Amino acid sequence: MDLHFGDSKPTDDERAAVDAVFGPPESSWEGADRCDADLRWARGGREARDRRDLLLPGLHAINDRIGWISEGALDYLCRRLTVPPAEAYGVATFYAMFSVKPRPATVLHVCTDLACAAAGAPALCAGIESRLGTGSGVSVERSPCLGLCERAPAALAVRAGDPVRTAVSAPASVEAAVLAASAPDSAPEEEPAAGAVPQAGDPSLILLNRVGAVDPSSLDDYRAHGGYTALRRAFALGPAGVIREVTDSGLLGRGGAAFPTGRKWQATASQPDHPHYLVCNADESEPGTFKDRVLMEGDPYALVEAMTVAAYAVGAHKGYLYLRGEYPRALHRMQYAVDCARARGLLGDDILGQGYAFDIEIRRGAGAYICGEETALFNSIEGYRGEPRSKPPFPVERGLFGKPTVENNVETLVNVLPILTLGAPAYAAIGTPRSTGPKLFCVSGGVEHPGVYELPFGATLGELLTLAGVRENLRAVLLGGAAGGFVRPDELDIPLTFEGTREAGTTLGSGVVMAFDDTVPLPRLLLRIAEFFRDESCGQCVPCRVGTVRQEEALHRIAERTGTDAATDIALLREVGRAMRDASICGLGQTAWNAVESAIDRLGAYE
Amino acid sequence: MTAIPLGVPRRLVEFTIDGQEARVPEGSTILDACRAAGKDVPTLCQGDTLTPKNACRVCVVEVEGSRTLVPACSRRAESGMDVRTDTERARHSRRIVLELLASSVDLSTTPMVAEWIKEYDAKPDRFGPDAARLNEEPKIDNDLYVRDYDKCILCYKCVDACGDQWQNTFAISVSGRGFDARIAVEHEAPLTDSACVYCGNCIEVCPTGALSFKSEYDRRAAGNWDESAQTRTTTVCAYCGVGCNLTLHVQDNEIVKVTSPHDNPVTHGNLCIKGRFGYQHVQNRG
Repeated sequence: MDLHFGDSKPTDDERAAVDAVFGPPESSWEGADRCDADLRWARGGREARDRRDLLLPGLHAINDRIGWISEGALDYLCRRLTVPPAEAYGVATFYAMFSVKPRPATVLHVCTDLACAAAGAPALCAGIESRLGTGSGVSVERSPCLGLCERAPAALAVRAGDPVRTAVSAPASVEAAVLAASAPDSAPEEEPAAGAVPQAGDPSLILLNRVGAVDPSSLDDYRAHGGYTALRRAFALGPAGVIREVTDSGLLGRGGAAFPTGRKWQATASQPDHPHYLVCNADESEPGTFKDRVLMEGDPYALVEAMTVAAYAVGAHKGYLYLRGEYPRALHRMQYAVDCARARGLLGDDILGQGYAFDIEIRRGAGAYICGEETALFNSIEGYRGEPRSKPPFPVERGLFGKPTVENNVETLVNVLPILTLGAPAYAAIGTPRSTGPKLFCVSGGVEHPGVYELPFGATLGELLTLAGVRENLRAVLLGGAAGGFVRPDELDIPLTFEGTREAGTTLGSGVVMAFDDTVPLPRLLLRIAEFFRDESCGQCVPCRVGTVRQEEALHRIAERTGTDAATDIALLREVGRAMRDASICGLGQTAWNAVESAIDRLGAYE
Repeated sequence: MTAIPLGVPRRLVEFTIDGQEARVPEGSTILDACRAAGKDVPTLCQGDTLTPKNACRVCVVEVEGSRTLVPACSRRAESGMDVRTDTERARHSRRIVLELLASSVDLSTTPMVAEWIKEYDAKPDRFGPDAARLNEEPKIDNDLYVRDYDKCILCYKCVDACGDQWQNTFAISVSGRGFDARIAVEHEAPLTDSACVYCGNCIEVCPTGALSFKSEYDRRAAGNWDESAQTRTTTVCAYCGVGCNLTLHVQDNEIVKVTSPHDNPVTHGNLCIKGRFGYQHVQNRG
């Protein structure tokens, strides 16, 4: 690889931002001034190229300090990591949170997604934009779901600097959001994570029982509340024993695909190729989903322990936690928890004196829904564009860095703790025979008490909505987020299980339950969903790249139309939707038409 | 005596295509098997010298037991597979893919597409006159290539050929995301400021004419590009000792472009700047 660089030089700040991550460069091959010794040997080859996975952290470092990524900064980062500038540019332009054009140091992300739109985001946005125009030093960006749906409408301010500062305003008013953007340090403290758990304090809670009850920063408090008993039990059972328990528990993946976790672990553990990796998918970006955020903010050590158990079971010594970029508080809490656990011997070379080595590295996403797709997430960690890979081969065989990898969602992993402490039979007794255990639901929209609810599988949609205090004039409920489907208010007896929703012709997805009353215009909602998929398509395959655009165009055309006036475009939508579902590479394209289709077929939108 | 490389002996995989028995060596793709059986499966992003990217999805076929359609170009044949190449479902997706592409990209110089559009009864116009298109102007920033991204279907072949599959130059990459994704060098700079070494191997693999030789582009613009009047002569490059094969395309007694046979075991269709572009002295008649 013969790298070619332009003439642009990094500023001192940009250089310092990169050096703060990687240390000072050791030779001119890495971007230092040239000295005589550099002429005598070349540093390059595999060793230099092997650091490609640090590209995303490097881009973050620049963007965090400066607010955007200049030519000089990108070139310097490429020199440090021996990455071709064209490829790094392709990566930098892939993520919504990065900019390769100059912009103000402060960016205010205002959520315009479903829950926030229903809570008045359009007016909020307009108000903010009129206050923070050109010259205000703030760039206002309309954002997909920020995962703060229980406090809609939401805004997230990010001010570049050293260190980068963030402030959340939710529920946001024009005044509060402007304050958060203009003075992130003096913005009022965000409410604690437990505020998102209306059931907090209920002793029957299994997954959420510590949220609000423990100090999320205190490892001792975590241990005092039953922490690390599951890991001890895991060491007593041995890796095969843990996999047996998880298999017997009937645990199904909670990220949306409902794959049996025990089977995934067994398949990875039995791979002869080494090393094995564990990846925790915390890139929670499905509109309406915020359960993983609440878990990570309210009970971060539980995820550290659960990842350790999972890694032990599948024989991994390195775990990556891929956390979405829009979750600054979850990032801080998890980073602190990982550091504390490492300092106390609960991560590292000899965990609990058992001779087992495991460590966790946190990688931050940068605004790309597609990176929640498991193989896209691998590419993102490896420093490539977050484009899904074709399967087979599956991750259990060839995943992260081409090695056998288990990837689990945060909620899935946290379920492993009660499986070990209660035992598989007791865990499997919760819920229904085919959907075992407790499930978290993210309830938002037209309810009195939005938040994360924990119910055993099998509760009905109506029970959940009653618990959340659903408001009158319910028009529709969106299950599973933008990739899910709408159901009618007369379908509230649908059991919230994987099989129950499947039989009802809809999906549980990641557990999103979003209620809309009849004040929310349905065509607007559908258009927002279509915009979301158009923005978030990675662009790799034709059905999704162009299909999501054609879907949005058709929905625009019929926004004000009904009946026969809309029939041609609905037929067009069906044909394009079918091809997206059949021929797209990954789940994003395959599900991009689901919600719109369900609104047409179940709700009778455009009739 | 010429040594003929036989390769490692491979097991045969038995499966069915459209109800007919098919036997192909292990590791073959469904597309290989289809072509061996004389079945016509359209392809755009597939390249005979590149690892399949399966991005265009025009080659999708139905495989019994698979929830979605599978790309024939990259899915390896497995024993017992039941492949259907011409079902209504597969044809539907191919038709939509053709419509989506033809409604957003200029496919006027893409071989075969006009026939497929007819065969699949695709109607790209039905997305209306306001359907978003790429709307790119040709980039002419050097004397050797033209990059007309209005014709780009984003098949990734040029990126793969420039990158680790052949040239290892990494001058271009996909930038942006979704419908706004484009092939670009860093910071959308002109090619002359990039790492490009002008080997032309990206043009060799481009399926749509988005990348073309300046010589061809100029002749097309002037209306005197006539493939039927061209002769093709394969010869050996005289510049160095590697012995790459060149195919000289000659029209009106002038070399109008140089390609290389893809089945050549030395170059697999790849050349360097000298072989690809260093022919001007031949026709310097001054």
